[in-house]
Amino acid sequence: MTELATAIADWRDDIFAALRAAEIRQVGYVPDAGHSRLLELCNADPAIRMVSLTTEEEGIGLAAGAWLGGQRAALLMQSSGVGNCINLLSLAKSCRFPMTMLVTMRGEWGEFNPWQVPMGTKTQAALELMDVLVYRVERAEEAGETVTAALDIAFNGGLVSAVLLAQRLIGAKRWVK
Amino acid sequence: MSGLATGPAKGNDPRLDRRAAMRALLDGRGDMLLVTGLGSTTYDAAAAGDDERNFYLWGAMGAAAMVGLGLAIARPDRRVLVVTGDGEMLMGLGALATVGVQRPPNLAIVVFDNGRYAETGMQPSHTDSGVSLCGVARSCGIDAVYDIAEETALTELAARLRQFDRTIFARIAIHTDEPPRVLPIRDGVLLKTRFRRALGAE
Repeated sequence: MTELATAIADWRDDIFAALRAAEIRQVGYVPDAGHSRLLELCNADPAIRMVSLTTEEEGIGLAAGAWLGGQRAALLMQSSGVGNCINLLSLAKSCRFPMTMLVTMRGEWGEFNPWQVPMGTKTQAALELMDVLVYRVERAEEAGETVTAALDIAFNGGLVSAVLLAQRLIGAKRWVK
Repeated sequence: MSGLATGPAKGNDPRLDRRAAMRALLDGRGDMLLVTGLGSTTYDAAAAGDDERNFYLWGAMGAAAMVGLGLAIARPDRRVLVVTGDGEMLMGLGALATVGVQRPPNLAIVVFDNGRYAETGMQPSHTDSGVSLCGVARSCGIDAVYDIAEETALTELAARLRQFDRTIFARIAIHTDEPPRVLPIRDGVLLKTRFRRALGAE
């Protein structure tokens, strides 16, 4: 990355700033291409403990444990991983554990892989079935404030919030034959 | 047969009594924090004596080790003990890989292994067919692994839990009996809030 490119803050930097401002200390994640820049930023921050997960549902337990110990956790995943979390969201709801999920969307705008579509088109509905508060970001300039709002409502209210980062925002994955 | 962890005689069965094993692990626990898994280990902890530093999972099957991991990372000044069953651990086997990568020095995961789903009618679990949780833990990079099948080893593990400084995994072979249930608080918000208060986080 050139110096010029790093000097221009983009929406991923805005999300990172929101996580920092909210004093997020643990980030559980299953990597996604759409999160790669944010993962780099979090990795480089000694105040944030990065926990790579084998499946997204592990993150719900991690975030609950973090809160029991007085720390705040955020979870990074792709939309396909939301389905893996559904039963474990019972833990958050039963105990009112706060956490925020940042979800990069697949299976929508310009999707190449039809196998991503079934979960991608039901991601929001699945989260809302479990009473997760869902916000959606389509435009880069809204990313930072939306994540801040999602973190605020979760950690002030003992609630689970999710921010869906639209595929249109991230850019549809380009496949080369 | 009598002693610390054997409880009532079980013929020639050398395995340990789960209630006595839990008492041994928690006796003189100091400021150690406890997370128990869905099912019988929660009743075992309640039978040993309720404590505001106990967090009982009444659901979230497969998540006990991960709750322990998040807590251990958040509170490096405290030792964290997770006690769960073989069925619960099998459901979240990936968590052992995640713990093996993080290896917090203040986390110990202990599995009470009776090879059964006790809660649902004693159906056999994978460990009954030879799946080795200790083998999985070792393969995941946890090197302090203890396979406990008798009282002396249990006593040594209990002593180790008072002063460990690296991630521990232990499997304790227990009887397949089902002692009378001792039910602790089920209100998740109350369990969470009293735990956080005990830690000064609330």
